[in-house]
Amino acid sequence: MAKEKEQKRPMPPISTWGPAVALGWLVPGGGHFLLKRNGRGTLLFACVTAMFLCGLMMQGAMFQPQTGDLLTTLINTGGFIGDVCSGILYLLSVWFGYNTPDMAGHVHDYGTKFLVTAGLLNLLAMVDAYEIASGRKD
Amino acid sequence: MPKMNLSHFEAAFLFSLFTSVVLGVVTKRSDRDRLHYGVYTFVCFLVALFGIGWLMYLGHG
Repeated sequence: MAKEKEQKRPMPPISTWGPAVALGWLVPGGGHFLLKRNGRGTLLFACVTAMFLCGLMMQGAMFQPQTGDLLTTLINTGGFIGDVCSGILYLLSVWFGYNTPDMAGHVHDYGTKFLVTAGLLNLLAMVDAYEIASGRKD
Repeated sequence: MPKMNLSHFEAAFLFSLFTSVVLGVVTKRSDRDRLHYGVYTFVCFLVALFGIGWLMYLGHG
């Protein structure tokens, strides 16, 4: 019953959650800082940034959107979206010319996964910031 | 940019650590639950790491 009520709750206006989500994308944990959740924001910033930097130091590859068969499209486009979700970290690395080709070796492979996962973790942080800003979570 | 050369275990350990902290922070509603969930997911990652590692070792013959 309570779950049904929660599902029927209307979506709050974008002005309440838009800035927190946008800042959360640009700076990992930024949405939480804006909403005065400094402790959680610091943890999110530290973890996402550390994961992204580890990915760079392991010389992971950045995905580029490609089309072709379904699996190629899914992996490359999904990976690209994951990379972009890191916000300023992704933009800075592209602006400074980071462009490592996909190389063989477990360290580079882990690096690629670290880069994508940093973005996906930031996506989770953005969803959390949305829930806090819209009053669905403390 | 300095280069990092990690073993499988070190890379998987770091991955587990960062992911567990973020999952703990964003999933639960109280600090106590967040800590518990973060530790729980980290332990799950490590159990899966060792479990799947041994499975592959034994499966390989």
